[in-house]
Amino acid sequence: MTWVGRSIRRLEDPALLRGEGRFTADVAAGARAVRFLRSPIASGRIGSLRPPPGMPPGAIFVSAAEMAGIGTIRPMLHRFAYRAVEQPVLPTDAVHFVGQPIAAIAAETAALAEDLLEEIEVTFDAATPVVDIASALRPDAPQLHAVAPGNVAVEGVLASPECAAAFASAPHVVEFAFRSGRQNASPMEARGGCAQYDRSTGRVRLTASVQMPHMLRTGIAELLNMPEADLQVIAPDVGGGFGQKMALFPEYAVLVWLARKHRRDFAWIEDRNENLMASAHSRDQQHRLRGAFAADGTLLGLEAEILANVGAFSAYPTTCGVEPLMAFAEYPGPYKVPAYGARARGVLTHTCPMAPYRGVSRPAITFGIERLMDRAAARIGLSPDDIRRRNLVDSFPHRTVTGLMLDEASYVEALDDAVARLDIPAFRLRQAAARAEGRYLGLGLAVFNERTGYGSPAFAARGMGIVPGYEVVDIAMTPGGEVELRIGASPHGQGLRTALAQIVADRLGIAPAGVRVIHGDTDRTPYGWGTFASRSMVISGGASQEAADRLATRLRAAAARVLQAKAEEIVLRDGQAVSANGSSIPIAALARQVHQRSDLFDGHNLAETAAYDPEGTFSNACHAAIVEVDPETGHVRIERYLVVEDAGRIVNPMIADGQVRGGVAQGIANALFEEVIYAEDGNILTGTLADYALPTAAEIPAIEIHHLETISPATATGAKGLGEGGAIGAPAAIANAITDALAPFGVEIAEIPATPPRIRALIRSSGRGA
Amino acid sequence: MKPAAFDYHAPATVESALALLCSHGEEARILAGGQSLVPTMAFRMARPGVLIDINRIPGLAHATADGGTLRIGALARHAWFETPRIAGPLGRLLPVVAQHIAHAPIRMRGTFCGSLAHADPASEWCATTLALGGTLVLAGRDGHREVAAEDWFQGVFTTAIAPGEILIEVRLPLLGDDWRCGFAEFARRAGDFALAMAVVALRIEAGSVREARIGLGGVGGRPVLASMAAAALIGQPPGEAAARLAAMQAAAECDPQDDIHASAAYRRDLVGTMVRRALAMAFAS
Amino acid sequence: MSRHVVRFTVNGEAQAVEIEARSTLADTLRDACGFTGTHLGCEHGVCGACTVLVDGVPLRSCLMFGVQADGAAIRTIEGLAAPDGTLNVLQRAFQEHHGLQCGFCTPGFLMLATWMLEREERLTEDGLRHLLSSNLCRCTGYQGILDAVRAAAKELGKWGEAAGVQQTSVTRGAGHAPG
Repeated sequence: MTWVGRSIRRLEDPALLRGEGRFTADVAAGARAVRFLRSPIASGRIGSLRPPPGMPPGAIFVSAAEMAGIGTIRPMLHRFAYRAVEQPVLPTDAVHFVGQPIAAIAAETAALAEDLLEEIEVTFDAATPVVDIASALRPDAPQLHAVAPGNVAVEGVLASPECAAAFASAPHVVEFAFRSGRQNASPMEARGGCAQYDRSTGRVRLTASVQMPHMLRTGIAELLNMPEADLQVIAPDVGGGFGQKMALFPEYAVLVWLARKHRRDFAWIEDRNENLMASAHSRDQQHRLRGAFAADGTLLGLEAEILANVGAFSAYPTTCGVEPLMAFAEYPGPYKVPAYGARARGVLTHTCPMAPYRGVSRPAITFGIERLMDRAAARIGLSPDDIRRRNLVDSFPHRTVTGLMLDEASYVEALDDAVARLDIPAFRLRQAAARAEGRYLGLGLAVFNERTGYGSPAFAARGMGIVPGYEVVDIAMTPGGEVELRIGASPHGQGLRTALAQIVADRLGIAPAGVRVIHGDTDRTPYGWGTFASRSMVISGGASQEAADRLATRLRAAAARVLQAKAEEIVLRDGQAVSANGSSIPIAALARQVHQRSDLFDGHNLAETAAYDPEGTFSNACHAAIVEVDPETGHVRIERYLVVEDAGRIVNPMIADGQVRGGVAQGIANALFEEVIYAEDGNILTGTLADYALPTAAEIPAIEIHHLETISPATATGAKGLGEGGAIGAPAAIANAITDALAPFGVEIAEIPATPPRIRALIRSSGRGA
Repeated sequence: MKPAAFDYHAPATVESALALLCSHGEEARILAGGQSLVPTMAFRMARPGVLIDINRIPGLAHATADGGTLRIGALARHAWFETPRIAGPLGRLLPVVAQHIAHAPIRMRGTFCGSLAHADPASEWCATTLALGGTLVLAGRDGHREVAAEDWFQGVFTTAIAPGEILIEVRLPLLGDDWRCGFAEFARRAGDFALAMAVVALRIEAGSVREARIGLGGVGGRPVLASMAAAALIGQPPGEAAARLAAMQAAAECDPQDDIHASAAYRRDLVGTMVRRALAMAFAS
Repeated sequence: MSRHVVRFTVNGEAQAVEIEARSTLADTLRDACGFTGTHLGCEHGVCGACTVLVDGVPLRSCLMFGVQADGAAIRTIEGLAAPDGTLNVLQRAFQEHHGLQCGFCTPGFLMLATWMLEREERLTEDGLRHLLSSNLCRCTGYQGILDAVRAAAKELGKWGEAAGVQQTSVTRGAGHAPG
């Protein structure tokens, strides 16, 4: 019986289904409730700040004045002209975005703390903010940080004479400029932390809804000048993250500070309005793209101008460079791009800071390059799939013009597979018939690759001050024969406990239920980097596999002793260690022997450790959307959504499909629904879930998923990451489909979300709409 | 987001509810379904010092025909209207409208009368009551008072209710069997407030429209009775031409504003489309 | 501010708590009664994670005050499994069909679906999607949830084309004349 490749039921589920999960708010009973006073202005200075008069006993007010002697949040990037922006935990004077925490009240209940917040005496001297890229880049714009003149926090420039030459001589130059609207990842559980003080040890346990517990521990300890050994961080059950929960937020530092100072427990459970306003935002970008094409549709050169609105500060530890520089490095995507030039800038504005969100910049660059392909196809007279076929990388490994190594994948095969399933000629007939009836159907394609499972080399190449990347796995078998796997990754819904159990179970010849994966607790797990960037299956998976193999070696050596056989000939399967001559011993019995009869064995334990730090591996997919656009209302109905994806070896198909579906839903939301909207004065206008439009089951169609499996040497288990892919392809596929549907109106989608009013406005201004 | 503190009362009679309302004045709010009031309290935008919960008062939970009207009591929940309460065109219209209101759990608790008291300009029942020429019955210390729907809506979340009054019942005129109704709305997502909606009721006799009522929602600070659009239908044979005419007229009769979800131009455009589609439904029924 | 002693049952067990008037039913269940299975996703009635059954009716517990539940019979996610923890048909279906990933929205969906499956009317495909559009999920893309509730409906004999009331199409754009 092998487990990898089977859709076994998740080990995580029963407790969650019984309502017995432990999320951060569930451990906070008895803690003082903390609520934050948040800046009502986007830019300016705090004039005066005083605690409420007459606070009840036990209530605490804290501001920067009380928290003297702590550091600032200051992530570093040593390349790309990065400006080391500093973010105070609580500001002493200048405020930089609406929602920025400026003081806190702790009281017996959250309701009481909110009452007291209203009594805080605070005055501001407001200044004029800049909230959009154009305003921030004007020469006379107010400057957010002295260290970043011109409000540019980071800049990557790649000038290429080859590229200029390609454009000069190309028969076709196609351009596309577009805008991606600001997103909020909106996990169903908002942020939150509970800092508990242990008087017997002087340590603080911070339970928090985060994706990177070890990083948070290190970062907070450094920030508060406290011994790291006195801080334990636990990511318990976490209700989604999608990247928003990667950053070191000042609120968590305040909680730990309060716990240490007052020697008691404090909890902050973020509410949805805070999350929408003040957690982290993403994908607020504008791009201009140019492609030089040969007469036969071959792409000769690509030029990109990338602007990312990164908000008021730089998220720690990724820095605000993560969005603009990822677009900068990865624009060529899955295509053969012989010459490439680009300029990417991260622009500071008086808005909520940016953190990575599922796919990061890949949804935008895929939107850009896939639209460019369609435009070029129309200009040159090729079909959308033909022009892609002509330009997709089809021999591996392939080193991209920006130095990325594309490993074995199936870019062309995925496209061909999708095209075969679509029956495009039949669709075109149907489309024509529908048009004759005044109905508008469209088909859109998106081909992309997804960089996954990349370790420290990739982060180092960015010049990050803190280089994440490796994962360590500690494995041990108990005397009873169960395996405990301690990992530094930090899953929050991805089913990693189950998937890793499957890998380990196969290597050790036991059942997955016998593998307990321990994660999220810095006291109980090896140092690691958490779960983000589609890394855990690859990196923790590879390390788990290696650790299991090392443990298997120990088990075989022990079994060889017992069975008087050669270790190399021992097979571990079905819970038994079996020798070549058929004699066997149950693995559990063997484990008990090794522990309790160490006099009989050479080694005395069944514990091993392994680390993995790969360069990275690229999964790929082709998404296709068929939509119907109602030209009267601008409504887009998704008739069909197809994904053909290749993430190498799929450990658990059910879990893999769930990741794709969840990603596509967020991609559809990005394409059609969600946008964070600011007023010019920096106030957020989408502060409730009535205004920030997360899609429901009525808006998300069934997604058809087909898997290809290209096994690449770049990942030890053969598995590539795929958590972000769904979100990467959907905006492009949907936007291209809408553009195809509205071709009779000459409408092109160059802005997402493509909301009904925007679509309708495009139709009206085309002059051909009723 | 926790509400500001308040005192809570759950009176057993309308009289005691009115007494509480009078003694606490502006500090007091009536709590019926709570599906609109409680979120505003969570945001501390509404901060009543006193909540008067009427859910335990008997005699308010009805939606029954009486003479020529459908009498809808203060505790009639949206969900009750998901199946026809009565026979006839009105009975058939209300389930079509009810399905569009928010989501099932909200419909189980929220009340028809609560929508009218709250007067959100995108409320389906508000547009419906205005279109059908309903009557609102208010209970006060001095007895009952009736207000016609067209006098009820005075602005965004503002009605003709007087201090010390409770909206105790809404009455909708039953429509004769020769009436036909239609409804259309467009929202971004399932359950959202409509970006525009139209409720129409027509009487057709001998191949032409004799009477027409058109109510619009989501296109301004209050629902709009599109009387000129309705007038444009009189004498017309039912069909696309009449619908287009009425739609154009209706779009001109309303005054939507720009907001973050849609421009005024879009809403005006959209309401015309909704009028056409509602009329198509009515003509076909 | 008034405080009230409120009595209700949760999953059949009597509770008596003393709470502020402003404590929502959600907060009352979680903090006063210790039933943390009901989750708060937005506290303004949009996400549905806080859905519980009150006298058989699915309600957003963040939109009701605990004091209003006096005398009510409340059911929460903690009451679905058997006392020994055995999952019920619906819960098993969620596990079979990957109807959850992070699990945060799951309590609301389970209670909503419990109501859907205990009603007289059978569920149809349209009705399934329409009713499940009441709640938000960010992880699953909804398909696993739809599959799970459909499977549970079939197993419980609650699946079929509507024999009774004609449901109009209530997905967006429902301004078309019924076809």
